[in-house]
Amino acid sequence: MMMRGLGRGLGFWIGAAVFIALAFAMALTIRNEYAFFAGFVVLQFIVLATAWNILGGYAGYVNFGTSAFFGVGVYTAVFLLKAVAAPLWIQIGVAALVGAALGLGVGLLTLRLRGIFFSIATVAITIIAETLITNWKFVGGATGVQLLRPPVTSPFDSYNKMLFVLAAVMVVIAVALARHVQNSGIGRGLRAIRDDEIAAECSGVPTLNLKLVACALSGALMCAAGAPSAMYLQFADPVSAFNLNYSVSALAMSLIGGTSHWIGPVLGAILLATTQQLLTVTISSEINVLVLGVMLVLFVVVAPEGIIGLARKVWRLVRRGAP
Amino acid sequence: MFSWELLLDAIVLGTMVGCFYAAVSIGLSISFGLLDVPNVAHPALLVLASYGAWLLGDFDIDPILAGLLLMPVFFVLGIALYRTYHETFEKRGSDAGVRGLAFFFGIAFIIEVGIIMAFGVDQRTVQAFYIGKSIEIFDIRIPMRMVVAFAMALLLSLALTFYLSKTFLGRAIRAVAQDEGALRLMGADPVAIKQWAFGIATAVVALAGALLIIVQPVEPTLDRAYIGRTFCVVVMAGLGSMSGTLLAGVILGVAETVVLTMFGASWAPAISFTLLLIVLGVRPQGLFGR
Amino acid sequence: MKSGRIHRRTAVAGALAAGLAFPVLAQQGPIKIGMSMPLTGGLAAGGKSALIGIEVWRDDINAKGGLLGRKVELIVYDDKSSASETPAIYSKLLDVDKVDLLFAPYATVPTAPIMPMVKQRDLLLMGNFSFQVNRTVKHDKWFNNAPWGPADSWARGFIDLGMKAGAKTIALIGADQEFAQNLMKIAKDVATEKGIKIVYEQSYPPSTVEFSAMVRAIRAARADMVFVCSYPPDSVGLLRAINEIGIGDSVKLFGGGMVGLQFSSVMESMGSLLNGVVNYNSYLPEKSMQFSGTTDFFAKYQKRAGEAKVDPLGYYLAPFGYAMGQMVEQAVNATKSLDHKKLADFLRSNEMMTIVGPIVFGPDGERKESATLMAQFRGVTDKNIEQFRNPGKQIILFPEKWKTGELVQPFEKARK
Repeated sequence: MMMRGLGRGLGFWIGAAVFIALAFAMALTIRNEYAFFAGFVVLQFIVLATAWNILGGYAGYVNFGTSAFFGVGVYTAVFLLKAVAAPLWIQIGVAALVGAALGLGVGLLTLRLRGIFFSIATVAITIIAETLITNWKFVGGATGVQLLRPPVTSPFDSYNKMLFVLAAVMVVIAVALARHVQNSGIGRGLRAIRDDEIAAECSGVPTLNLKLVACALSGALMCAAGAPSAMYLQFADPVSAFNLNYSVSALAMSLIGGTSHWIGPVLGAILLATTQQLLTVTISSEINVLVLGVMLVLFVVVAPEGIIGLARKVWRLVRRGAP
Repeated sequence: MFSWELLLDAIVLGTMVGCFYAAVSIGLSISFGLLDVPNVAHPALLVLASYGAWLLGDFDIDPILAGLLLMPVFFVLGIALYRTYHETFEKRGSDAGVRGLAFFFGIAFIIEVGIIMAFGVDQRTVQAFYIGKSIEIFDIRIPMRMVVAFAMALLLSLALTFYLSKTFLGRAIRAVAQDEGALRLMGADPVAIKQWAFGIATAVVALAGALLIIVQPVEPTLDRAYIGRTFCVVVMAGLGSMSGTLLAGVILGVAETVVLTMFGASWAPAISFTLLLIVLGVRPQGLFGR
Repeated sequence: MKSGRIHRRTAVAGALAAGLAFPVLAQQGPIKIGMSMPLTGGLAAGGKSALIGIEVWRDDINAKGGLLGRKVELIVYDDKSSASETPAIYSKLLDVDKVDLLFAPYATVPTAPIMPMVKQRDLLLMGNFSFQVNRTVKHDKWFNNAPWGPADSWARGFIDLGMKAGAKTIALIGADQEFAQNLMKIAKDVATEKGIKIVYEQSYPPSTVEFSAMVRAIRAARADMVFVCSYPPDSVGLLRAINEIGIGDSVKLFGGGMVGLQFSSVMESMGSLLNGVVNYNSYLPEKSMQFSGTTDFFAKYQKRAGEAKVDPLGYYLAPFGYAMGQMVEQAVNATKSLDHKKLADFLRSNEMMTIVGPIVFGPDGERKESATLMAQFRGVTDKNIEQFRNPGKQIILFPEKWKTGELVQPFEKARK
């Protein structure tokens, strides 16, 4: 049993290492920049969806404020850049800390708020955060701010490639954390909360502590995902940074992939973000929004367990079919 | 530059605006407040109704009348929506919350795109004799369209309060909100009642949509601005309270307008949503909740 | 609805038809011009109109045999009015589609993120109605088709008009969004410089529903001029509230930077409420603004726009999309090349004739001299879109060279 667990763990880490190595190799060999622009966006959404799922999927608390965390991440980076010209890794690190703190605040809300009330509170936080940034002249306020990138460091020959590899590393960190949460006592506790919070509390599960951990982790990852976005766009304005799209996408990706396992949001994000990137440069019209709508409705109606659920069903059929 | 006169103006106007907020939220107060359906497509339906009123305006039909004409259509639409929701989520039982939310988001996007494809992205307004005029009450000039919105909101919430407390079906709806099982034991079909109630909630949206286009110009993605606002009103009110919805709307409207006049309009959204957070933190069942 | 693919298909069809006439040259393949355009989201109404202007140019140039004997093909992707979409789109255009020339998307926000990118790659970018987007980046191959000119000329035009009418105080209101805030700040600076007293200043969030309270506060401030920087929904809301509440007799001049009053749907629905407002514009069908090709262009534009349910008048953006093409056309024909440096040199140092008048660029890639109009709505009636096709409905007060009338003031009198 132990050996098997270790083996699976080893498999995961080998997979992660191969993934980063592959991203790195791509950055060194592929010359076409577009792959890295589009790739960065997809990876960013994997981090966001994975982060969302830690709270939303495992614990059943639907955070509707993904865009609040994302936007705060963007503006933490903008602030550090303008104030002390901080390098990128510091921007991301501080953004993660700010995100964790904000997550703790949101976690305290769960003391009194459950279900949709919690979701609405997170919407309120988004609007408050956006208003604060809009009125904060130092980071550009409502007018937005243009940012200039520092020169790129070797071995990369372009800043985007560096951002791409960085995003790949962040994906591995986010997924590893989500996987750890899922497989450890934290995950079991969170699932107990999702199924019946009062029962969990009565049977001695430290519900508040668990929720705080989940909120802080989720928040830190979301903010960290937002931070490099400032350097990716080289521009930040409140309307784009706090776009409702991030909240809906994170939720949709997790649901479409399946919320019960860490692989769900990863698959969902890859599917949805890639489709959207493809549609942008092919059909390129309101059909793009329509596809998101139809996919959401179809998946929650036809495949409520997401891609994971579908895969499980298929697997069961195959096994039954086999002699 | 403080003046009592401006403050008074702001309070009177804020009340009007607040009543308008209540009118656009009251359908949600039934569908979400009483029936527990996470209907985030509510604002999209609202905008759809506005476009309906705009379309009928081409035939010189008054927007309010257009709203009334649209009510049966929206009633049927509401029933169809609830049927789908019930068959796919409520019947299957647990965990309807997140998926239901996603479902209605999907519906909202589909409505948005549908409007764009049918009517284009241009901003639309309607004409009516009460748009562009004002009346004077206590030395304060008030736009007539706000008075219309105010009156409609009062009428709507009164009618619904009456309906829910005095009629048989209305009482059944409240009963289904409180204890579905008990109703079933008494031999009533809770699903049929909820379906009826959702139909009414959606029909009310038709009228509210007409109010929306009377008060402000409408464009296909306007619904996004109203997601926060309508849920804020309903939750602040306490789920399912019609008079509470009216009061919560007024509190929001007055807070926003006073901040806008006296302090700085930029801060208005932050103020109203901080208010919501405080209410949620102190009294999660809402100001006027059960 | 109809974007990239369909447009390209028609371009290819056109190329095929013309290819029969010029069999040798057509073999070289088309010249590809790439851009993103807001076709969905908040800026879509403008984006769609601007795109039709560019398409009319493409068809005109292809009917003439193309550029350097090659057909012109447009590659257009939807940026959803958002800044976060454009970097990937322009990278696709450059690295995958290998376009020869770049046009910027309509408006400032989607353009902002691609400015550093074109500077790093040292590419020519034709701007499309963005405002002061080159201020921090300082790219030397940026040329904006908009008539704005120097940053402060816009507010200066308005305030000068007011001062001539004897105004000494000003009220400033603006939406909390990028363009409006930029403009408001500039107006504030100009007012301070000219010794005009600012008696009221207010920014409001874009989600504001009702403006009566704000109009009352403005009236209480008794300003001589009211400079408004608003977006389409608030422009309508403000004008309605003014009509209902009244702005007071002190106001001589009202308007300035109200976005939306240039769009057909808004103009039609506002009708007589527009009268008296002095607002900025880019192009108007006044007698002083008839240039070579103008009439012809609008005939073609209006036919297409009607079919596509896009702004039926199209004065504000579409002719500048066409002019953008004309400038490129003149640069390419003069330099006989697609080399971005040569083209930029030509654009920087020559006067180009377009359907919106002659264009000369300053060192920052904006117009050397402002051609932003300040025009007053007069004698507008309700529910009539056709009236705006005739001269006399929007009297040009500024700049002098295109002036078609005098200011009527005070505002309340001009409204009647």
